[in-house]
Amino acid sequence: MISIKNLHANVEDKNILKGLNLEIKPGEVHAIMGPNGAGKSTLGNVLAGRDGYEVTDGSVTLNGKDILEMEPEERAREGLFLAFQYPVEIPGVSNLEFLKASVDAVRAHQGKPALDSVQFLKLAREKCKAVNLDQSFLKRGVNEGFSGGEKKRNELMQMMLLEPSLCILDETDSGLDIDALQVVAEGVNAMRDANRSFIVVTHYQRLLDYIVPDYVHVLANGRIVKSGGKELALELEEKGYGWLESADNGAA
Amino acid sequence: MAEQFHAQQLALATEQARNPLLAALNAAGQQAFAAASVPNRKTEAWKYTSLHNLLTGDFQRTASQSDLTAGLREVATLGSLKAARLVFINGQLSSELSDALALQQVTLFSQADAEQQALISQHLGTVLAHASSNNSGSAHLFNDLNNAALNDGVLIHVGKNQRLEQPLQISWLSSNNPQPFSITSRLLMVLESGAEATLVEHYASDEQPQNSFTNALTELVIGDNARLQHYRLQLMQEDALHIGSTHVDLARDSQYSAFHLGLGTRLTRNDIVVNHNVGGSHCELNGVYIPQNQQLLDFHTCIEHKVPHCTSNEVFRGIMNDKARAVFNGRIHIHPQAQKTLAELSNKNLLLTNTAEIYTKPELEIYADDVKCAHGATVAQLEEKAMFYMQSRGISKKEAEVMLSFGFINELLEALPHEDIALVLRPLLAHRFGRDQSLSRHLLENETAGLSGENA
Repeated sequence: MISIKNLHANVEDKNILKGLNLEIKPGEVHAIMGPNGAGKSTLGNVLAGRDGYEVTDGSVTLNGKDILEMEPEERAREGLFLAFQYPVEIPGVSNLEFLKASVDAVRAHQGKPALDSVQFLKLAREKCKAVNLDQSFLKRGVNEGFSGGEKKRNELMQMMLLEPSLCILDETDSGLDIDALQVVAEGVNAMRDANRSFIVVTHYQRLLDYIVPDYVHVLANGRIVKSGGKELALELEEKGYGWLESADNGAA
Repeated sequence: MAEQFHAQQLALATEQARNPLLAALNAAGQQAFAAASVPNRKTEAWKYTSLHNLLTGDFQRTASQSDLTAGLREVATLGSLKAARLVFINGQLSSELSDALALQQVTLFSQADAEQQALISQHLGTVLAHASSNNSGSAHLFNDLNNAALNDGVLIHVGKNQRLEQPLQISWLSSNNPQPFSITSRLLMVLESGAEATLVEHYASDEQPQNSFTNALTELVIGDNARLQHYRLQLMQEDALHIGSTHVDLARDSQYSAFHLGLGTRLTRNDIVVNHNVGGSHCELNGVYIPQNQQLLDFHTCIEHKVPHCTSNEVFRGIMNDKARAVFNGRIHIHPQAQKTLAELSNKNLLLTNTAEIYTKPELEIYADDVKCAHGATVAQLEEKAMFYMQSRGISKKEAEVMLSFGFINELLEALPHEDIALVLRPLLAHRFGRDQSLSRHLLENETAGLSGENA
């Protein structure tokens, strides 16, 4: 699915990722945890191809293709999806217009038949229901005036419509109450299948009670310093990250 | 160059003006125009707006041809808007396309009965006359020229407590002529106490390269407690030159809500002057300008708060592409007596290229001490965050640019009180933004999917 090797990346000339390795197979869910400033959000932005995130070394291949030279839209069409920590408000562009443009672009690239407006509206309404968003959100500006939880559910709806092969959830749980968290988790779990992989970036172990990962990694100081099964998350919850960071520094 | 233009236009005006009803106005106009000098770069109100294309354009005659072509017929429908219409082609009434004369509220100066003639004598030129005392630069010689050359015009008179059920659409269309030519257009609208109407002023042309210069002047007299919804749409092919003014008088508790749209041409200059003459009146003045190529588009607005307890809210947005230049000058003048005024002005601009230009100047002049005013102007490029968000969903950079640009003005379109007019304008502007259809095809998804109009 995705293979990340020795990834180094700078943001504004500051070295944030310092040799990150991660191998994810189809169908796996990997949680990435870590202290603030460890590079968790940088990883999502680097993988999605945001301007200003400069890769200085290493490689990333998605389904065997080198994606680092691709524009963000090409990566999306190749099946990569980043659910934003802070979804962007775009007044004046309706959610429906945005979703249709997005789905048309991705489907066309993947050789799937185009959906006409009526088919698409029907599909979009179904997905609205699946994430418990009122249908009026389709007509409104993208994320415009949405609450935090509504924005995250809108991200999830986009993910469902685009059917990506790799979903990166960047702190999707931050700021959500338990009810909203359950809606998001149910949506994600419904999308889990043998061909789709997830990178779940989170600060809190709580999310992993609802989205149970196959692997948990600790990202600290730009590298993965410890990996384990889902029980690692509980250990982190109890002990914090301090012991890992010092261990990493000692080893280096 | 300026002298020759001046002399030619004066001669043309004198030759055109033949209506005895307007003789006094014509004479005053000719005198004022003869005495005025043509603005140049040193004239403050025209500093960034060069008249070069007008002065060198040989517009010393009226149109010799005013044929109703299939193209114009299509343009006149304004996207099948449901409205009562008056359609002029190169200044001449097209009776075939005009059904609004059947309304008792609508007539031409040349067809006015005694009562209507009295109204014309009473009001014509009076709204405009306020501007010469307000020192805003909006009382320019093109208004004098309009007075000087005036031979006919449109009178709309909505009586006490009457409401015009349908919007009234006045289309001033132009088409290419063998030689460059001038059009003088004039509209006087009088709403009596408690009257309500929607007016759509529509300036447009066929798609051929135009060689017209239009001098348009609109005076709106809005009586006590009356309400006017005004749309002024400039959709001409880019070679048409246009200098237009809108002057509004507001009486007690009256309301003027306006949406001005300018696509941009080689020269378009618009002055909008709103006079709050009696307390309790409200003005909602919104507009959009989207020049491209090498177009020059200038909006000068001036809101005169002369009395206490009036409110105004003004929002203009512009998107400049290619090498276009736009000018926005928004003046709010609060006179010493105008206590308890609430006035807001916002002007946001988007530059799509490094060669596009915007000169924006909000001007607040406040002489009263108990008022609440705010103004702001911004100039920006497309937001990186929003671009990345759209690209990360598979949308190409080019399409994302088109969608975001359209979204920037679509916010104002969606707020229009007449949804059917928004439905006419959205496709028209979408077409303008996506010169390539593949880039604009998602702009109207709400309509295509049948979602608009639905209160989902």
